[in-house]
Amino acid sequence: MPLIDIRDLRVSFGEGVGAIRAVDAVSITIEEGEVYGLVGESGCGKSTLLRALAGLNPNWSGAMTVAGQILGPRRSTAQYKLMQMVFQDPYGSLHPRHTIDGLLAEPLAIHAIGESDRRIVEALDRVGLDASFRFRYPHQLSGGQRQRVAIARALIVEPRVLLLDEPTSALDVSIQAEVLNLLDDLRRSQKLTYLFVSHDLAVVTHMCRRIGVMRAGRLLEEMTVDALLAGGTTHPYTRHLYRASAGYDRRLADTAEVLDDSDEEIA
Amino acid sequence: MTMIVLGSPLAIADESAPIVSVRNLRVAFDTPHGAVEAVRGISFDIAREKVGIVGESGSGKSMTGRAILRLTPPKARVSAERLDLHGQDLRALDERAMRLVRGRRMSMILQDPRYSLNPVVRVGEQIAEAYLVHRRVSRAEARDKARAMLETVRIRHPDRVYELYPHEVSGGMGQRVMIAMMLIAEPEFLIADEPTSALDVTVRLQVLAILDDLVQSRGLGLMFISHDLNLVATFCDRVLIMYAGRIVETCPAAELRRARHGYTRGLLESLPRIDKRRDRLPVLERDPAWRDAPAVSPREG
Amino acid sequence: MPTSVETQTNAESPQPGAGIRNWLTAEIPGSAVQARAQRAYFGWIRFLRNPLAVVGLSVIVLLVLAAVFAPWIATHDPLVQNLATRLQPPSAEHWFGTDQLGRDLYSRVIYGARITLYIVLLVTALVAPIGLLIGTLAGYYGGAIDVALMRLTDIFLAFPGLVLALAFVAALGPGLENAVIAISLTNWPGFARLARAETLIVRSSDYIAASRLQGASSGRIVGMHIVPMCMPSVVVRATLSMAGVILTAAGLGFLGLGAQPPSPEWGAMLSSGRRYMLDYWWMATFPGLAIVLVSLAFNLFGDGLRDVLDPRNE
Repeated sequence: MPLIDIRDLRVSFGEGVGAIRAVDAVSITIEEGEVYGLVGESGCGKSTLLRALAGLNPNWSGAMTVAGQILGPRRSTAQYKLMQMVFQDPYGSLHPRHTIDGLLAEPLAIHAIGESDRRIVEALDRVGLDASFRFRYPHQLSGGQRQRVAIARALIVEPRVLLLDEPTSALDVSIQAEVLNLLDDLRRSQKLTYLFVSHDLAVVTHMCRRIGVMRAGRLLEEMTVDALLAGGTTHPYTRHLYRASAGYDRRLADTAEVLDDSDEEIA
Repeated sequence: MTMIVLGSPLAIADESAPIVSVRNLRVAFDTPHGAVEAVRGISFDIAREKVGIVGESGSGKSMTGRAILRLTPPKARVSAERLDLHGQDLRALDERAMRLVRGRRMSMILQDPRYSLNPVVRVGEQIAEAYLVHRRVSRAEARDKARAMLETVRIRHPDRVYELYPHEVSGGMGQRVMIAMMLIAEPEFLIADEPTSALDVTVRLQVLAILDDLVQSRGLGLMFISHDLNLVATFCDRVLIMYAGRIVETCPAAELRRARHGYTRGLLESLPRIDKRRDRLPVLERDPAWRDAPAVSPREG
Repeated sequence: MPTSVETQTNAESPQPGAGIRNWLTAEIPGSAVQARAQRAYFGWIRFLRNPLAVVGLSVIVLLVLAAVFAPWIATHDPLVQNLATRLQPPSAEHWFGTDQLGRDLYSRVIYGARITLYIVLLVTALVAPIGLLIGTLAGYYGGAIDVALMRLTDIFLAFPGLVLALAFVAALGPGLENAVIAISLTNWPGFARLARAETLIVRSSDYIAASRLQGASSGRIVGMHIVPMCMPSVVVRATLSMAGVILTAAGLGFLGLGAQPPSPEWGAMLSSGRRYMLDYWWMATFPGLAIVLVSLAFNLFGDGLRDVLDPRNE
């Protein structure tokens, strides 16, 4: 039985005629220990899907099961403990008026987990930060250090699933490598399952075995990374994404217009 | 489909003469903890070519672009032995003369068009305004010119887009509007600071293609500031790699993959690659000597 | 000689208090208390860079000192009448002169500081928590709760403050306590509006989402995450509104609806001085100056505080 089972998920914003289907009948299953990558461009619905799964947006329909628990629009404390999330912007996801110690102590207090002193030091150590960071404020940390704190906070309640929403897209490449390595290590040592959302195909293929490509709220196709690298994509959009992520390509830019008409779309 | 005329005679004339020439540029900030140098003595020339400036955050790459346009924050102290535009000393110009240079002879495109466009003015009028500021023409002429410019940046319905407000256009179109606005006065030199970082990959390609065509057909010098090594390697002619306020390496873009400096190599290695699977990404080990060692250039070695 | 090394490191900071300074500026705080103290210390240093704000703070400190030590600072009993010395101009004996009942004006102004401080503190203690609570709840929950609470504040905001205060005092009866209640009733909607606006910004941020994902209850999110983000602007607003509170209190006193005679309330003193103003200028001048000085001080202090507490400055 898969650890995460999403069936026919639909998420809409607004009501009536003007409603926008942000996620449209998406089904995904993810096995325990797997890293599943969800790729797509901005507005394709990948983050919306992630937030609905996490429990941040109760307005969805369909069925979602995680570790045998059927998820409803409202979550129990135990269900929150099951899945944690790391956000894209390390500057916005840490409360600016709390010390790192306070940020890490909060989930322990909510879930009534004892030994907070030991656990906080351990959690920092796990993400490669020494105890000197414990009583600093987020603004005294660099972007990479903040993202490490965000990961430590997510892992301190010992979840089984980590939802990663573009966790390195705001970081410099050298820092990105460190954080990706860290995530890889943590997945092995903590026996985690990842759902990794990103617009960067290179990052996703590095982290994941299996990926899903989303466009305009729909899951276009799913494939293994090996199949993608072997050129086994069936959908022209995926192929285009693949080639576009290699850098600037004059010929591709000229053919792009045929494929992509969204640029004339009025936001 | 709109086609851009390539290779106008202007572009061929004197290909190698530098448009912008910079020697020993320094930008420093006074902080309560003493002066901090963001740019520590860099020199380069940019001719009719696309020069990429790559570096991580804090490397001083954006400050370099701003210093050339004299758009640094008021607290910054800028000094240079030479700061020339077509042989004219920009350091000698007063603020009023500099305003004429900005926009008319040099322009800048920023990362997010939503912050650079005035939200309460129609985009077409903003483009026309940019032309009116620098040319003595009638409003109607400026309007026609703005429309033509929208066409040049491959907007299919320029009349309709002319009437839109900035919040009504998508990111890719917004950036094309910015390019139209910055190039309408026909500057000689363009600084693009992360112009496509906020855009999706497919849209990014189109914006770059437009920029590419305009730079070639108009014989512009382009300073392309970016953190994206892949993009710079494939888009630019030449690359300067900045680290801690200095240029540590210069090389032709095509040879970036064979870079020699430890920092450049480290950056390239730490990038996830689609075509090459690795269990772990090599982590960049910063060598303190990089801060002050002389720049590396493949031609010398 | 291993000890000499130790004395050398100590010798670098020989002056007393250096230990505390080092503790406050240490690169790595060792406890939550130290982290908070450091934050306050650096805020204080930023505050000191604004001379006008320091002037404001000094006047406020003087006001507090005058209120606390009034019996020692005053030269006379503020309530004792002496008709033999009525309406005397400022002199060595009566620094600010005397009023129509022969009371020493200087002593009355000093004792008046107590009343002013009492009003200001009581109003703030009533208004800030109520406004904060209503604003954050309306902002966080939204929907029907928001509509109901905000329409209520709209009703209060629809009337000019002094007029509303007058109406309340008329209903409740004149007196200092009723004046405080009336001023509070007219003051809280501003705080609620402010707290709501701040909450709306904070509510959609990632750190609130992160807290929700950890299973934090709404009460915890409002109390631990949203209120701390609203506090700076509420504190600044409270400080800036104190000038208004003092003026309204003085206005009520002036109209005979606030503090009742013979209590030395500045507004009431100004009011009684008004009748004698043409011939005996000092009676209205000194209480009036006190009102202006203290309101101005609170405004200057509030401006300085705003610069310090604004998180963008960190």
